[in-house]
Amino acid sequence: MAQGSFAEAGADLELKGITKRFPGFTAIEDLDLTIPAGSFFALLGPSGCGKTTTLRLVAGLEDATAGQILIGGKDVTHTKPYQRPVNTVFQSYALFPHMTILENVAFGLRRRKIADATAKAHEALKLVELDHLASRKPQQLSGGQQQRVALARAVVNRPALLLLDEPLGALDLKLRRQMQLELKEIQQDVGLTFLHVTHDQEEAMTMADTVAVMNKGRIEQMGAPEELYELPKTAFVANFLGQSNLFTGSVTTSGTDSIVVDVAGRKIEVPRERAQRHAGDVTIGVRPEKLMLHTEAPKQSAGINIIGPGRVTDVSFSGVSTSYQVAIPGLGQIVVFAQNMVFGPVVTTGAEVWLTWTTDHGFGLADDPADAPRFAADTDTHALAVQKREKLEAELEEA
Amino acid sequence: MAFGAFGGTATAVAEPAIRKRSKVALILLLPGILYLGLFFLAPLFSLVLTSFQQPAEFGDIGEYETAFKWENYTAVISTYGEHIIRSFVFAATATVFALLFSFPLAYFIGVTLRRFPLVQALALTLVIAPFFISFLLRTLAWKQLLSDESPFVSFLNTMQLLPEGEHVTGTAFSVIFGLTYNFIPFMTLPIYTSLEKLDLRYVEAGGDLYASPASTFFRVTVPLAAPGIISGMLLTFIPAAGDYINASRDFLGSTSTAMIGNVIEANFLVLQNYPTAAALSLVLMAAILIFVSVYVKKSGTDDLI
Repeated sequence: MAQGSFAEAGADLELKGITKRFPGFTAIEDLDLTIPAGSFFALLGPSGCGKTTTLRLVAGLEDATAGQILIGGKDVTHTKPYQRPVNTVFQSYALFPHMTILENVAFGLRRRKIADATAKAHEALKLVELDHLASRKPQQLSGGQQQRVALARAVVNRPALLLLDEPLGALDLKLRRQMQLELKEIQQDVGLTFLHVTHDQEEAMTMADTVAVMNKGRIEQMGAPEELYELPKTAFVANFLGQSNLFTGSVTTSGTDSIVVDVAGRKIEVPRERAQRHAGDVTIGVRPEKLMLHTEAPKQSAGINIIGPGRVTDVSFSGVSTSYQVAIPGLGQIVVFAQNMVFGPVVTTGAEVWLTWTTDHGFGLADDPADAPRFAADTDTHALAVQKREKLEAELEEA
Repeated sequence: MAFGAFGGTATAVAEPAIRKRSKVALILLLPGILYLGLFFLAPLFSLVLTSFQQPAEFGDIGEYETAFKWENYTAVISTYGEHIIRSFVFAATATVFALLFSFPLAYFIGVTLRRFPLVQALALTLVIAPFFISFLLRTLAWKQLLSDESPFVSFLNTMQLLPEGEHVTGTAFSVIFGLTYNFIPFMTLPIYTSLEKLDLRYVEAGGDLYASPASTFFRVTVPLAAPGIISGMLLTFIPAAGDYINASRDFLGSTSTAMIGNVIEANFLVLQNYPTAAALSLVLMAAILIFVSVYVKKSGTDDLI
């Protein structure tokens, strides 16, 4: 990057066939990714999915085993971090404890010998509304304030690409909401390219223009948040991004508009363009809030899928909505979210219910049902920890 | 000092509970206070008295009477000014060399070896290992190693690097070498303690903010290791300035390299000139105190001591 100049605008980021291996495991496998200039891009995934490694590769803090990284069309694969037009907001903030807030923010500007570093640093601090604390040390600030300083320290350099490594993770819910909005505003104001890494699906969906869901070193699906939510293509995405009810069965009729799947003897219709596979054994699903509860058997009609009767096994009230667990023979547990339009739950535990949804709301997954878990629970942090412990216990027993 | 500060806060807050606790603290501090009073304050007082004594009128050598002979001070400063300056120059040079050797060593043990705790522990033990052998023996060994018959000096002679008739021992070089060698562990350990805690994410942040590795080192790593560097320098400089072993004729020095410690030793033990020795000791103490407080003030770490 040229000395003493700011990036005019955000730059594209392009990853070509990136692979990163650590001794003993592969963090990222043959990853291709293009992030257009000026967009707010979120990499979403559970712990250990390779998202932070991807970010560190872009920042230059790790070297790729194979592949190419291009920023604004320029190959930066073999350049050092300080030579890249990139700044990072670290998860730990990493504010220099021996410097004041102002010195921290001006650090990057001074290193690049940009004129008026102090004035520009003050400006950046004003942007995050912390200019009055400029002479304090980082330890004297609260977590939320430190986070904003970390953001100012990165944004002040006007990098072509700003990397955010779960910067909101340490904040409480209310502050996080506020910071999400502020971040989004700053991104739109300064027009930089943001690459945001997070495991918080809500955060990714509210902030980003484009979300890429990552799992086991690969990108499972990429698209606008609504698109990902409404039309997940894999079981992992369907369950990581919100909740889903998934059913498996074989296609009985494959029409021009829709396919009909036989799930434990019930016919379920899914629009053809919303299904990834049109023959053989398939997995289909529907979001819990799209389901309607009925206490009497509803009439068969076109464009409506009916399942039931089943029994309500659990009712939990969560303010705006109530979540019902319904057990249907042959289909297992199904989750239903119902808006609280009336006082209290509509039905109570033990009630006999039928469920319906408009066929347009169903979706068909690309996974082979044989490998698709009903809930992809084996990838979250807790499950990983359990697996590790079990493995360790087995080893100990052998010894 | 700490005790005074504690007493101050205890009286300022009139809470009975805190009062009670302060009494416990006093009892716990008592052995330390008694020890310091008996073995530091009393001898110091006696030293001050001695420094003003004058020779007894009809006394033997080494007999002195109480007086207020402040001329002792001007006399020692004019007579031994050269030794005082030499002590400070030698000690400062040795401190700088010890820092140059110790920092990379401490960085290697504290940062590079982090991933191998066992090797790290072993390396630390090796730093402390010289302490298992007496300091005098080690210095004597160096005298042998640097003597005229040693392979090192023969090598210098063969390579024509050492002029005819010159020696390695008994020179400023060998004294500073000895001081540096003897104080390296005192420099390494505090720096290691600072670097061991060094959060490498700060170093990464430096690189991310356009600082080259050298710039990151001087602006991030060194300031973060500053407490260790400062205490290491103090731990080296203060004892080195008063050292009388390395510079002694029996070890690595000669009369031309005598430091203030050697002069004090000679006056106390050989010449029995107690007032001069006492005055010199106090001058040395005052000089170090002034030097160190200026240094600490400049380093901006008043909370270090």
